[in-house]
Amino acid sequence: MNQRPLLGSVALYAAAALVVCISVGPFLYMVLTSLKTGAALFDPAIWPKQATTANYTALFEGAQPFGRHLLNSVIVATVTVGGAMVLAVTASYALGRIRFKGKGLLMLTLLGVSMFPQVAVLSGMFELIQALGLFNRTLGLVVPYTIFTLPFTVWILTTFMRDLPGELEEAAIMDGCSPLRIIFQVFLPLLWPALVSTGLLAFIGAWNEFLFALTFIVEDDQRTVPVGISMIAGATAYEIPWGSIMAASVIVTLPLLGLVLVFQKKIVSGLTAGAVKG
Amino acid sequence: MNNRVRTAWLFLAPMLVLMGVVAVWPLLRSVWFAFTETNINNLEASRFIGLENFVGPYGLFFNPNYTDGFWASDWGTAIRNTFQFAFVSVILETLAGLGVAMLLNQEFKGRTLVRTAVLVPWAIPTIVSAKMWGWMLHDQFGVVNQLLLDWGLIADKIAWTADAGTAMWSVVLVDVWKTTPFMALLILAALQTLPRDCYEAARVDGVHPLRVFWKVTLPLIRQPLLVAMVFRLLDALRVFDLIYVLTSNDSSTISMSGLVMREMVEAGNVGFGSAASTSLFLIIMLSAVVFLRATRVKLAEA
Repeated sequence: MNQRPLLGSVALYAAAALVVCISVGPFLYMVLTSLKTGAALFDPAIWPKQATTANYTALFEGAQPFGRHLLNSVIVATVTVGGAMVLAVTASYALGRIRFKGKGLLMLTLLGVSMFPQVAVLSGMFELIQALGLFNRTLGLVVPYTIFTLPFTVWILTTFMRDLPGELEEAAIMDGCSPLRIIFQVFLPLLWPALVSTGLLAFIGAWNEFLFALTFIVEDDQRTVPVGISMIAGATAYEIPWGSIMAASVIVTLPLLGLVLVFQKKIVSGLTAGAVKG
Repeated sequence: MNNRVRTAWLFLAPMLVLMGVVAVWPLLRSVWFAFTETNINNLEASRFIGLENFVGPYGLFFNPNYTDGFWASDWGTAIRNTFQFAFVSVILETLAGLGVAMLLNQEFKGRTLVRTAVLVPWAIPTIVSAKMWGWMLHDQFGVVNQLLLDWGLIADKIAWTADAGTAMWSVVLVDVWKTTPFMALLILAALQTLPRDCYEAARVDGVHPLRVFWKVTLPLIRQPLLVAMVFRLLDALRVFDLIYVLTSNDSSTISMSGLVMREMVEAGNVGFGSAASTSLFLIIMLSAVVFLRATRVKLAEA
C-alpha cells in the first residue's frame, strides 16, 4: 500500500485500537480486580483506590492448597507432553518421510482422534483409571491426556518433518545412517523450533484441561489448577470470593501469557502448520 | 515389504499401541456400557439391558414419557443448546476472525503490537475466561452492567448469566471472545500466501475493494477458511467447561457433554450416561461428515 486516503487511515487505526481494547481490556480488568479486597470489590470504580496483594498471599495460606494445585498442573502437563514428544518424533518421521500404504487413512484417524469429543470415552476411561489404580492420583491424568496430546503432536510434527529437505536424508542414507540416527542426528537439530512450538501448544492443552481432571480426581490435594479455581469458595455458600478467584486466575494465566508472547512466532507457525499445509 | 516400510511401522507401533490402550479400548468399553445398567460406585456389577438406555420409557429417544415432545426433554434440550451454541459462535468467530485477519494483513504502524494483543484471549485458559467474564457479567457488581447503565443503554441491571433469555448469549460472547484469535491467525496465514500481483492488477484497473474481496480473496482462502471452521465446529460441539463454569450447567445452556457429565458422574448412571455419550459421538461424527461433504473440503492428503 503506497497511499491511503486520510479517512481510510483513521478507520484503520480506530479498528486497530478497538481490537486491542477488546482483546486486552478484560485481562487488565481481571488484574485490577485481583488487587481489591472487601468492599472495594463492589465499588464501581475500575481503578483500585488502595491496591493490595492480600488476595495473592491469602491464596497460598488459605484452606485450599493452591500452591499444590499449581505444582500438580506443572507435573502433569510436563510428563504428558514429554512422553508424547518422545513417541511423536519417531512416529512423525515414519508419517512424514516414508511412503507406505494406509498413510492417508492413518493421518485422518489421528486428526479425528485429536478432535473427537472427550466425553465419548469417559466411562471406559473411568474404568481403566480405576483398574490401573490411578483414580484420585494427579499423575493418573497423564493417561486420558495422552488421547489428545499424542495425536496432536504427531500430526503437527509430521507437517514439519515433511518439509525438511530430502537431499539431507539421501546423503545420510548414502553414508549408511540408520533411520534412528537420521532422526536424532540429522533432523532433530533442524527441528528444534518445531519441537518448541508443538510442545508449547500441547502443554497449553494439558494445562487447561478440565473435564478429566474434574472427573477422575476428588481429593483436593491431587487436583489441578483449573479445577481448583472452579472450586474456590467463600466462607459461606452465598459469598463468592471474587478477589481470590481473580488472583488465582492471574497466576495461572501469567506463565501461559509469557510463553505465548515470547514464542509468538513459533506458536503461530505451529497452529497454522496443521491447518494450512494439511 | 521393503525395509523402509518395515521401519515406518516399527516407528509407529509404540504410538499405535498406546492409542489403542488409551483411546480405542475406553471408547469400546463406553459403547458397551451404553447397553447396560451400571452405577458409578460399582462398575463391575453391570447388567446388560439391551437398548433400554436408547429407546423406551427410560431411554434417550422415543420415550413415551416425553409428553411435550423430544425437543423439550433434557436430552433434546441439550442437543438443541449445543447446536445453537456451535452454529452461532462458529459463524460469529469466522466473521470476527476474517475482520481481524484483514486488519492485520494491512501495513500500518503498530501492527506487531496489535497482533500480540490479539493473542491474549487465546492464551487465557477457558476456565479463567469463564470466571473472568462471569465476574464482568455479574448482575449486581459487574462492569458490563455498570458501563451499559452509565451510557444509558439499559435501564435496569441484567442477570446475563442467570437469565434464561441471555445465558446462552453470554456463553456465545465468551466463546467468540476467546476463539476469534485462533480463527484470525489461521485466516491471516492463508491471506499471506496470496499472490500480490493479483491485487496490484485489480488496483490498477480500479476494481472496488469489496468486489476484490468477494471475487479474489474469498475464493482463494476458501479451503483454509473452511478447514479452520471444521476445527472450530468440532471443538464447539463438544463444549463443556465454559458452560459448566459460566452458567453452572443450567437447563437453558447445558450442552450434550454437560448432560453426559451430569448423568454419569453426578447422578452416577454410567449406563444411561454412556448411551448419551455414544449418541453424542455419533451425532458429532455425522455433523463433521456432512460439513466436509457439503463443502468438499479435504483434511488430509491421501
